[in-house]
Amino acid sequence: MGRVGVVLCPCELEGVPLFNPEVLVEGLKRRGDVLPFIHYPPVCSELGMEAIRAFLEKSELDRAIVTCSKPELFGPTFKKALRQWGLNPSLSEVLGIRPAPERGGLQEATGDVLILIERKIDEIRERVPSKSQGVPFTKRVMVIGGGITGITASIDLGNAGYEVLLVDRLPSIGGRMLQLSETFPTLDCAQCTLTPKTVETGQHSQIRLITYAEIESVSGEVGNFLVKIRRKAAYVDWAKCTGCGLCQEKCPSKVHSEFERGIGPGKAIYTLSPQAVPNKPVINRELCRYFTRGKCRVCEKVCPVGAIDYEQEDTFIEERVGAIIVATGFDLYPKEEIGEYGYGDVPDVIDGLAFERLLSASGPTAGEIRRPSDGRIPKEMVFIQCVASRDPERYMPYCSRACCMYTAKHARLYKHKVHDGRAYIFYMDIRSMGKGYEEFIQQGVEEEGILYLRGRVSRLFRDNDHVVVWGVDTLTGKKVDIAADMVVLATAMIPSHGIRELAEKLHIKTDEYGFLTEAQWKLYPVETGVEGVYLAGCAQGPKDIADTVAQGDAAASKVQALFAQH
Amino acid sequence: MKIEVSRRKVHNEFAQKVEEISGQNLFACYQCGNCTAGCPVSFAMDLGPHQVIRFCLLGLEEEVLKSNTFWMCASCLQCTSRCPKGLDIARIMEAIRLVILRKKERLDRLEVAELSEEFLERVPQIALISGFRKFSS
Amino acid sequence: MEYLYFPGCTLYTKAKNLDEAGRECAKVLGFELKELSNWTCCGAAFPLAKDNIMALAPPARILARAKEEGGTLTTLCSVCFNVIKRTNRLIRGDEERREKINTFIEMDYQGDVQVLHYLEILKRDVGFDSLKAAVKRDLQGLKVAPFYGCMLLRPFEEMEFDDKEAPTIFEEFLEGITCEPVDFPYKIECCGAFQSVGAPEVAMECAYAILNSALKNGAEAVTTTCPLCQFNIDSMQREIRERYNDFPGIPIIYFTQLLGLALGLPIEKLDFNRNDVDPRPLMKEKGLL
Ligand SMILES: Cc1cc2nc3c(=O)[nH]c(=O)nc-3n(C[C@H](O)[C@H](O)[C@H](O)COP(=O)(O)OP(=O)(O)OC[C@H]3O[C@@H](n4cnc5c(N)ncnc54)[C@H](O)[C@@H]3O)c2cc1C
Ligand code: SF4
Ligand code: SF4
Ligand code: SF4
Ligand code: SF4
Repeated sequence: MGRVGVVLCPCELEGVPLFNPEVLVEGLKRRGDVLPFIHYPPVCSELGMEAIRAFLEKSELDRAIVTCSKPELFGPTFKKALRQWGLNPSLSEVLGIRPAPERGGLQEATGDVLILIERKIDEIRERVPSKSQGVPFTKRVMVIGGGITGITASIDLGNAGYEVLLVDRLPSIGGRMLQLSETFPTLDCAQCTLTPKTVETGQHSQIRLITYAEIESVSGEVGNFLVKIRRKAAYVDWAKCTGCGLCQEKCPSKVHSEFERGIGPGKAIYTLSPQAVPNKPVINRELCRYFTRGKCRVCEKVCPVGAIDYEQEDTFIEERVGAIIVATGFDLYPKEEIGEYGYGDVPDVIDGLAFERLLSASGPTAGEIRRPSDGRIPKEMVFIQCVASRDPERYMPYCSRACCMYTAKHARLYKHKVHDGRAYIFYMDIRSMGKGYEEFIQQGVEEEGILYLRGRVSRLFRDNDHVVVWGVDTLTGKKVDIAADMVVLATAMIPSHGIRELAEKLHIKTDEYGFLTEAQWKLYPVETGVEGVYLAGCAQGPKDIADTVAQGDAAASKVQALFAQH
Repeated sequence: MKIEVSRRKVHNEFAQKVEEISGQNLFACYQCGNCTAGCPVSFAMDLGPHQVIRFCLLGLEEEVLKSNTFWMCASCLQCTSRCPKGLDIARIMEAIRLVILRKKERLDRLEVAELSEEFLERVPQIALISGFRKFSS
Repeated sequence: MEYLYFPGCTLYTKAKNLDEAGRECAKVLGFELKELSNWTCCGAAFPLAKDNIMALAPPARILARAKEEGGTLTTLCSVCFNVIKRTNRLIRGDEERREKINTFIEMDYQGDVQVLHYLEILKRDVGFDSLKAAVKRDLQGLKVAPFYGCMLLRPFEEMEFDDKEAPTIFEEFLEGITCEPVDFPYKIECCGAFQSVGAPEVAMECAYAILNSALKNGAEAVTTTCPLCQFNIDSMQREIRERYNDFPGIPIIYFTQLLGLALGLPIEKLDFNRNDVDPRPLMKEKGLL
């Protein structure tokens, strides 16, 4: 076995040297199996990079370590460079070096760094070259999450000529946007903007949809990931099903529908929308009469092509891909956990997505604003912003970024439908930074007479016919009580459930809330710590559609750049 | 209608005293008004608890001390239990009471002589003891 | 089962009806309340100023004595419960102040006595099912609104008593004694507390809002655990009626009185004549007397 090259970057962290270069080089030289190399200026400079290349080439090394004080910033660059210079990725590594705060002197620090490097040398010497060196680089990509982000990235990559596997755990793609009515700031219909995209995705010759499926395991590395996918049993043979919808129509069960956010019923056999892509139903075992009570099988009887199959089981498929984009989106903070707003027990207090369903022509009320408790049209309409956001003490400390805008949209759409109603918005600040956003807010205020009340709502509760709202208007300094007909909570956006488990399988990091952590916030916003794995959309943090699409495009272009190098 | 904002005024000695006695950081307040929104006696206050916090931070000692807010506060902790920033507003109210009650000249809010015999007959010890603990030095 | 019992000042005088019924019921339910020896007033308000160590001395002394007498400490009054439990927690968690307090009271107490409210004993140690089995006088059809007030619940992290926005222990208790609990939004609001001496008109408005909410939700009576709440929503009904002449009035009954009633104690032991709004007409109407 040849020697291990150790490239030492002498750079200082905030003016503090991390080690004594001479001592370190001497220490490393004592081992016969190491070739240390140090270069001024720091190796991340252009000159430095060229010097490393020359060094590696000259010394004919096949194993190497590059030390770096900011691995999250330069790690990806070095890794890519090492590979380009012909080193096997499994035999080279970028080693982060941090000052140990508890140790004082440079001497101790140098000792620590030496130990760290030596450990890594021993480890790398043990490694067997991964097979991937011989295996060709797979120019196929997997996109996990088929919301607007994942769809955008998939279409980009498909158009670029790469094969795309789009995985979603729901039966069809579209994500949250499928639930929306109209979208800010243009107020165009969400379905009308989204459907062409979902259809394009579904029909794209380069894109394969793997829906109702979840990631089981991931192994390998950039260029050669092996992903095992679990296809959940749909109890419908999708190969036979023509998507006629007869089963849904005749299914006698009326059950809670996650998609309708509890304000409208669903069926045990369902698709997410009449325009679903793919337009194939699944049976929810927990709610189906046959599965729970052993009797029914109506869908089986009515299905003209005999597609219903109660015996179906989960299946597993394995796919090899060269890169992965994670775009798993968001959930809303459950209102059932917010005690001061009634723990979700007040029927006329709903969350933003439920209100989107009320506004939607395809929703349970066909777009009429009728409150859940008694179907009456609410005239005193209260919206509350920053619910469970910006509340470090009890809920989420961060700002959810899209709710100022969608609440304004809600109030405006409400006014478009209920002319004699009054819309009140409790807010802390109005955050309208996008293009055309501030104008959108002001139009609502001036032309539609939406009343913004600056302050939080401390408590609300049901009082016969009304929802009593205890708020405040800090601009007058006064406490405000409103006997509302209905209340919409703009609850915090949180990462979609199961994100931590998925991140673990991919060896990528999440922050304390579960949002995926980018390699570096400013310069590597869609990269992760793992080469070949990218992230985009609300999986990374709350954002609106425009930002989400930009990130989907960015992730796709990163993959294209990666593939172009091979 | 006009106030002075300067290094001399903002977070002045008075504000710092309130912070010290209460153990709360006045800068942390969002001014979201949640405290005022849920306060059961805010109807009787001339400044909402959130305004009092703001006035303290701005160093407006005189305005704060002449308001009735902290005297009206019943230490019910409704505000404290829902403040998004974890501020213990009830402690801030107590601190302001103490700024007055600890002055050399006795500035008690409540004197036994003010209470009628009939009332003293009726009222339980617990109300008197806690009342005098809050309203006198 | 034996518990050290701290009655507190008010229960010896104005709130005898809370105290005596509580003691009698314990006997019936088979647990003993052993009165703490040599107790003093708890101070009736947990000091909110960081530098007020003095006011922690009385509750600390009560706790230290309970430690010496070796038992779990229980109270009936919510205010005493609040002051003692918060002090206990502070002593346990704050070394610096613990030392100061110990020097001051000349005892060595570490904060390790368990403090329970009587309701918690009923729930934890007696069990609401056993309670139901012990009921002698069926209270079915009696609609009672449980008023928690502040002191049992807040601060939530320190009291660790029940859910801060939607507590249920009181309702469970009422079901245990066969009453019909009436949920009402003001059950966790403030009765006005010591404002009944500082600003009586303010406390009166607080009480008025609470009682209205209970009435609106169909309550025939309201129950409390606290002599301060009791005073504000019972006795203050005189002032309420003066101000709002259409206010119908509603009896306010200590939870121990209701418990005694259910357990079949003789009516004299329940001391209803101490309640300002006489609950007996309601009892008669319900066929309970
Ligand atoms: C009430 C409301 C109104 C809004 N209105 C607007 C608006 O008017 N204009 C605007 O610009 N923005 C709006 N937004 C924001 C917008 O919804 C989001 O920006 C956008 O939907 C995010 O898209 P996404 O693809 O990142 O995530 P999502 O739409 O959440 O899609 C994620 C997809 O990933 C799938 N998935 C999740 N986890 C897994 C997993 N482990 N395995 C496989 N698949 C998985 C999900 O099933 C889903 O299909 C609104 C948001 C809310 C809450
Ligand atoms: S078997 Fe289940 S899914 Fe099919 S019709 Fe009956 S309830 Fe619906
Ligand atoms: S976007 Fe607006 S409503 Fe949403 S958390 Fe931020 S400030 Fe609050
Ligand atoms: S609730 Fe807290 S953050 Fe909001 S105004 Fe009151 S003290 Fe400030
Ligand atoms: S503690 Fe005081 S300020 Fe806070 S809600 Fe209660 S009465 Fe109002």
